Amino acid sequence: MATKKRRKSVERGKYGYLFIAPFFITYLLFQLWPLINTFYYSTLSYYKRNGREIISFAGLENFADILGLTAGERPYVLIYLKNTLIMWGMNFIPQILVSLLMAAWLTNNKVKIRGTGAIKVIIYLPSIITAASVSVLFKAMFSQYGPITKTLRDIGIISENFDFMASVMGTRGLISFILFWMWFGNTSLMLISGVMGIDPGLFEAADIDGANGKKQFFYITLPLLKPILLYTLVTSAIGGLQMYDIPALFNVTETNLQGLPNDTSTTMAMYIMRLYNSNVGKAATVSVFLFAVTLAVSLVLFVSMGDKEAKKLKKAERRRRNEK
Amino acid sequence: MKNKDSYSASLRRQKILRGLVCAFFCALSLGPFLLLAVNATRDSKAIQAGITLIPSTHLLENWKNLLIKQNGMQITLQRAALNSLMITVPGTFCSVYFSSMTAYGVHVYNFKLKKLAWAFIMAVMMVPSQITIIGFYRFMLDLDLVDTYIPLIIPAIASPTVVFFMKQYMESTLSIEIIEASRIDGAGEFHTFNRIVLPILKPAVATQAIFQFIAQWNNLFTPSIMLTTDSKKTLPMFVQLLTSNQFRTDYGVVYVSLFVTIIPLVVAYLILSKYIVAGVALGGVKG
Repeated sequence: MATKKRRKSVERGKYGYLFIAPFFITYLLFQLWPLINTFYYSTLSYYKRNGREIISFAGLENFADILGLTAGERPYVLIYLKNTLIMWGMNFIPQILVSLLMAAWLTNNKVKIRGTGAIKVIIYLPSIITAASVSVLFKAMFSQYGPITKTLRDIGIISENFDFMASVMGTRGLISFILFWMWFGNTSLMLISGVMGIDPGLFEAADIDGANGKKQFFYITLPLLKPILLYTLVTSAIGGLQMYDIPALFNVTETNLQGLPNDTSTTMAMYIMRLYNSNVGKAATVSVFLFAVTLAVSLVLFVSMGDKEAKKLKKAERRRRNEK
Repeated sequence: MKNKDSYSASLRRQKILRGLVCAFFCALSLGPFLLLAVNATRDSKAIQAGITLIPSTHLLENWKNLLIKQNGMQITLQRAALNSLMITVPGTFCSVYFSSMTAYGVHVYNFKLKKLAWAFIMAVMMVPSQITIIGFYRFMLDLDLVDTYIPLIIPAIASPTVVFFMKQYMESTLSIEIIEASRIDGAGEFHTFNRIVLPILKPAVATQAIFQFIAQWNNLFTPSIMLTTDSKKTLPMFVQLLTSNQFRTDYGVVYVSLFVTIIPLVVAYLILSKYIVAGVALGGVKG
């Protein structure tokens, strides 16, 4: 029977290739080939003058340029990386804290909150809305003459001549707030499903042992949520590094996509957008830089998780051997 | 006895506190939509006077002003929405259909490169489009496909996250017996996939289709690079125009336009929320 089955699947094996062919052809053509080319373009000096493109080999010149190592060049890519990380961090820390709180409360059976289903639906709503529209909406509300700015002035929370759009902290803070507002529901739902995946027997045992809610949260929920927390951190960090829609439509110059005030809300993706048509080589270099940072971030996070998983496996293995 | 009383009292206090905090976050989530809806009904002067929750009567007037403003423009809100649909519908179909097919190929068949293929799909799951965009743009320029919808639709065939999700779903629901039965009945492999397997996968297909639709509908970065003709622009690109000088001072028009771009999504979400919320933890998209 076993041999017969194996023979059968070998016979049909070629269908496996047929089924996965569209994916791989598309991926290689539209993702991998462009990625390789992006690396190649990053070594070229690619200028447009009077509608004509002037191309020459530049080696690592572009990298020196964007890192500010060439005389007269500012380290734009580092400045924009810093902007991006600040705005992402100011959104992620409160986001993960609020989501943990939500996950702990909405799954608690002792202190039941009414309308859990409705709460989940409502807090997830912002994350499906077009980021472009959300950004323009917040901009309209918080601009110099916006209704929320006006109301905040009227009730004295901000001073009469405070302008969010002229303040570095105001603009970055609002962009972070929009990110938080859009994504905390999504993260909450992820963590809720993580908590619900924990063996209820553990909580029952802890109850019998007299552990209170706080103790259960810190000694059971949090350690067991680690893989999901890490996954959330990785996806959010990768997404955060590519941040574009919200800062690009929020507080920018009319023409060349510079994040106001004074280039402090420009992200790396905005830099790529600014360059892709005028200076292909430099734009490709920024992409390569972004690729390196993204790869480094995900590797560091995954390796730190992989190590722990490996250790856990080893421990389990040892235990099993001892039992024998 | 006394102890028990204080215990239940503290439980009640906890309940009230937690209810209030949850209510606050719900209000935070809904607040901007409420303010948007109210402001869409007010005239530009009233909007500048501050926030309120009392609707006014200028909704139609704002809408008419938008239509007048759009008169001389190459792109209108309605046209942009239609353009977005023309990209998003085939794009969603491509990503969901071919991802199911890929997942099925890896799940059901045994072939030499199976493990490698799967490892590859997992490895590229998180490579964002911003990284390949320059090479992609130049490639499309060479193929003369810039300013068409093809670069925005066809690449959706390779959606690693959808493949991953579909394979997970197959592992839990798709039994080899059904496929064997279909083969014994003499059905070809592709016929089996299209007629027997896809209907079984329907719940997963629906969930993934919703998420893909949302992701592609909201996409701004790639269309901004690919589309140059005004009349071909998508809805998020139209929204970007609202920040330009020609709209900046006409607040009523800005709010009514945003209202029209956002409210259909909210309504569709509320109708489909059951599937969406259940699907988030299983493989939702994140921007």
